[in-house]
This record gives sequence, structure tokens and C-alpha cells, in this order.
Amino acid sequence: MACFLVPVAEAVITTVVAKAVKSKEEKLSLQKPDSNQTKLGNVKISWGRKLRWLNNMLWGGVALLAFEHLWHGEVVPWFPFLTAAADSAEAMEMLTEMATVGVAMAVLITSVWALMVIVANAFEKRELNSETKAQKE
Amino acid sequence: MTLLITVFAAVAATLAWYVAAPKNELKLNVLALMYWGASLMWFVDAIFEFVELKAEYFTPEPVEMLNDFFLGLSAVALGLVIWLVYLLIKDPKGVVRQALLRKE
Repeated sequence: MACFLVPVAEAVITTVVAKAVKSKEEKLSLQKPDSNQTKLGNVKISWGRKLRWLNNMLWGGVALLAFEHLWHGEVVPWFPFLTAAADSAEAMEMLTEMATVGVAMAVLITSVWALMVIVANAFEKRELNSETKAQKE
Repeated sequence: MTLLITVFAAVAATLAWYVAAPKNELKLNVLALMYWGASLMWFVDAIFEFVELKAEYFTPEPVEMLNDFFLGLSAVALGLVIWLVYLLIKDPKGVVRQALLRKE
């Protein structure tokens, strides 16, 4: 009905956060040119880039799901835009769906992204260790 | 059916990104993440639908399946169009800029 609105809200927040993080990282790299890198090489993935992965998944998913809702006639291009919002009983059902399906969607996407970040961090660590070893030898 | 088609699109886009790596001139990572995002969302939708319908979920009417099939293909096409617009705006190879600024 309107489950995709929950990921939309999350995507708006993460986009704002990503912009703030990116500008902070840019400022930091101007002050300390090698702050975005390790002393050994370019193995550090910035948080701005990691947040962009989440944004791409959220906005991409939202765009395709919004299209699905349009296809099923649940979203219309006129006010109130959501057909379920016109009827109070249906509106209640829509809110329940947002609280269950919508929240579950946002949680799953965020969990998958968190897993991606953990794997990326492990790769960074491994790369750093192998570089340290190579330098010692 | 929509979920299945989107998952196939996500796998294909991820494979294309992997084959092209480390070059990322086509921004295939954006396309892959977009399809994975949609696949995850439709997966959640499918779980809730399965809980509601039980075994009936796996035996849809042929008309329903056909509709879902067209929806899946249309969603994949829309994803490709969004990615293409993004690619042309970002223009990592500078092709669009070069073509626009070229003197006749």
C-alpha cells in the first residue's frame, strides 16, 4: 500500500548524513592530506563512500517499489497520492503495513549494508596487515 | 515472479561489475546496488505475503503470473533507464561533455 515510504524516510536521513560526512571528510583531507589514507597506502574506504552504498540500495529499491505501487494503482499522481489514504479504514491498514512490512524492509536493507561494511572493514584490515608485513620484509 | 526477475537482474549487474573491475567507468555498482535494494524489499514483501497465504503463495493464477512477469520486466527496464540517466549526468568518461562542446 505504502510500505516503501518507510525506506524513503530512511533514505532521506541517510542522504543528509552522507552529505555531512562527505563534506567533513573533504575538510579533513584538506587539513591533513593523508587522513583519508593509511600511512602505508590507499586501503581505507571513507565513510562517505560506505554510506553511498546504503543510499544507492535505498533509493534504487524505493524507485522500483514506487513504480510497482503505481502499477497496482496504489499510488496516483493526484492528491492524496495514496489511494488508501482516501478511506479511514484503508488508511489504518496502510499504517499497519508501513509499521510491519515497511520497517522490516528498512531493517533488512540496513542489516545487509552493515554486513557489507563489516566485510569491507575486514578487507581493509587484511590489506593493511599484508602491507605492514611486506614493509617489514 | 517480480522478485525472481529482479534477483536475476541484480546477479547479472553484479557479475558485469565484477568482470569490468577495477574499471568502473559504467558505474555498474550503482545499477547492481539498485537492483539488490529492490530485491531485498520485494523479498520482505514476499515473506509477509507467504505468511498470509501459506502454500497458496506458490500457486498463483496464470493471469497474476503474467502480470507479475510484465511488472518485473518493466521494473528492470526502469532500473536500466535510471542508471543510464545517472551515467549520462555523471559522465565519467566525459563523452557527453565532449559531444556537447564539440564545434561543428
